[in-house]
Amino acid sequence: MVVRVQAERFDFGAESNAFAASATGAGAGAVVTFCGLVRDNGGALAGMEIEHYPGMTDSALRAIEAEARARWSLHDTLIVHRFGPMAPGEVIMMVATASRHRADAFAAAEFLMDYLKSRAPFWKKELGAEGATWVAARDEDEDALRRW
Amino acid sequence: MTLTVLYFAWLRERIGHPRESVDTGAATVAELVAELIARDERYAFTFSDLRAVRVALDQQLSDFDAPLAGVREVAFFPPMTGG
Repeated sequence: MVVRVQAERFDFGAESNAFAASATGAGAGAVVTFCGLVRDNGGALAGMEIEHYPGMTDSALRAIEAEARARWSLHDTLIVHRFGPMAPGEVIMMVATASRHRADAFAAAEFLMDYLKSRAPFWKKELGAEGATWVAARDEDEDALRRW
Repeated sequence: MTLTVLYFAWLRERIGHPRESVDTGAATVAELVAELIARDERYAFTFSDLRAVRVALDQQLSDFDAPLAGVREVAFFPPMTGG
């Protein structure tokens, strides 16, 4: 149950392997991981800048994580989310969930993603050839919360 | 009372600064927003469509009808786009 908010890049593969190794030791038989990347948009995107609300980000992520643990039987969870400038292709964030069987890990990972997309205080700005634009929240993201 | 008011993303850019201290007698978030709008055009423009604005009180998501009694920090920002 680790939550990290950082500017630094991280290695999604290494984080996933370390998470899986530790979860197996704790009795888990299933690990689900997800990572979000900066899109390239066919070379149209020069990069991305993510702003966050330092005082609130950590507590919001922990609240979402606690809700997931209350709903599913999880051995462990990991959330890493970056802020600041990043280039196309870079990893923005990841979640990992571990459970005894796969159903809980899959459902919890989807739940964490749905909630942190629209309930964790991050804002994405895309830097393109024609300047910078704040990414608008999509109605689908809000709708996605209703299924839980 | 004196509140710390924070702005993020395009609200910060439109207002022109990330935080300020506001002396106010506003009882609710909506009253505070009305006071800010009355200040000048930047605030009026920023808060012209409240459907596009979210608010947090002491770092908890809240709404415009919420009372400000006991609150120290108010943050205004657009719908979040994490993940």
